Amino acid sequence: MKINSLPPQPVKQPEAPVCETKLRTENINLFYGKFQALRGVNMEITPCSITAIIGPSGCGKSSLLRLFNRLNDLIPNARVEGKIELDGVNIYERTIDVVELRKRVGMVFQKPNPFPMSIYDNIVFGPKQHGNNNHAELDKIVEKVLRQAALWDEVKDKLQQSALNLSGGQQQRLCIARVLSVEPEVILMDEPCSALDPIATLKIEELMRSLAENYTIVIVTHNMQQAARVSDMAAFMMMAPDRAGELVEYDETSHIFTNPKDKRTEDYITGRFG
Amino acid sequence: MKISHYITDRAAKTTVLICAASSILILVAIIIFIVLQGLPTFQKVSVFNFIFGMEWRPTNGQFGILPMIVGSIAVTFGALLLAIPLGIACAILLADVAPHRVRQILRPAVELLVGIPSVVYGLVGLVLLVPAVRQLGGNGFSILTASLVLMAMVLPTIISISDDALRAVPRAYKEGALALGATRWQTISRVLLPSARSGIVASIVLGMGRAVGETMAMIMVIGNSIAFPKSPLDPARTLTGNIAVEINYASGTHENALFATGIILLLFIIILNSITITVLKKGIHKYAEHLS
Repeated sequence: MKINSLPPQPVKQPEAPVCETKLRTENINLFYGKFQALRGVNMEITPCSITAIIGPSGCGKSSLLRLFNRLNDLIPNARVEGKIELDGVNIYERTIDVVELRKRVGMVFQKPNPFPMSIYDNIVFGPKQHGNNNHAELDKIVEKVLRQAALWDEVKDKLQQSALNLSGGQQQRLCIARVLSVEPEVILMDEPCSALDPIATLKIEELMRSLAENYTIVIVTHNMQQAARVSDMAAFMMMAPDRAGELVEYDETSHIFTNPKDKRTEDYITGRFG
Repeated sequence: MKISHYITDRAAKTTVLICAASSILILVAIIIFIVLQGLPTFQKVSVFNFIFGMEWRPTNGQFGILPMIVGSIAVTFGALLLAIPLGIACAILLADVAPHRVRQILRPAVELLVGIPSVVYGLVGLVLLVPAVRQLGGNGFSILTASLVLMAMVLPTIISISDDALRAVPRAYKEGALALGATRWQTISRVLLPSARSGIVASIVLGMGRAVGETMAMIMVIGNSIAFPKSPLDPARTLTGNIAVEINYASGTHENALFATGIILLLFIIILNSITITVLKKGIHKYAEHLS
């Protein structure tokens, strides 16, 4: 007997509230002194999705990522032209409070960078800096974000131990939990798995998928399989002859990997260079 | 293995061994000499009366060095009290706040300050600070004056070593804190300073060592009085000053007593160094990998 009473499952149901664009870049040029690192980058990132930025080394992937939380501000001589909008507001406007911006746009780094403090203190660092000193609340936050980061069961008995005694993969999940503790809207990840073994990598990827239900994630990765496995949208970047990074193609991940429009994208993903 | 290689290896090893052993031998010889010269003092004065005696009158056979111990401690802590906050603030400025160009000028300047001979510091103190402190009361030669001079001398040590310690903090810590929405000051006070703690403590203890050992500049501005100092504006005498001022004309028990002063000074330094080592070890032990 055929089961035709059930309606066909929709392939993908938009669960998140239908808001148009979380992050939008408009004609971004980035200079380090006289050197142009990025040229004319235009991108729109939808909320509650994972966007992967891929491309060969030195093409400006990390530079682009660091524009989203203005971490490039730390580099002397760095200069940005163009617009980056978070919920429609240009984050390079003079009136923008960078500290507030970085609370909304968290970042996970390439090398796990827990502070040399206890696991507990690492998590509460952000909330404390933002004025939360209520112990009961902080305890709740710690448990909540460690559960979200799938680390709670492994560390619940040693919260007061140094975070540096954790394994690399655990440290990275701790760093993700630390980012979650300040309740960001966007999480930037700069090659978060490049220092990890395959099993730890898989755990982080699962974590990213579950986080994508509530957060907008932008990830820079060298690992093409990872981009294919984990992301909804993919951006392929490349260096122009003058070494400035350009966005070559930006599309749904399935299109980029199965049916790239640009010859250079195809060459890269099939491993002909890079 | 070729025989010639064997010989050069052995020769190199022996040379290094002899050099290392001789430097240790010199240290041991100095200690033995000071102790042997100093010990006869205690046939005339008990150890207790020597350390806790209030009167230093070599002609009367009274050898109490408590005023000098107090003088040394007062001057050292006075100097550190001023130099620690100033020095750490300067180190933060150099390591994290000042623009690149300013650092490039300030860093060599600070290092130059370390190399200025102490007699020059003493001279500046004598000409500028002594009259200034006189305005506050007393004759200007005082613990306060000496503390100020010593502060200037200790400051470069604290600044340059703390600066190194702060710069050795991984960049990732700073970026991590900023990326969490911490302000610049929160990043410095909650992440950079705690991470550099062991180096900063080392800089303070090295500064303390320099302060305790400083002689020439102190003699020039502290007044060298043997009376027990009662206020920061009183003149005093340091342990090192005691030796330097009197050794030229001392003989017999008086001379022995000066060497005994040297033993006390040596103990001071040993205690300071062991404090440093414990503090450093503790810092390293607690977060073993933070240096990696």
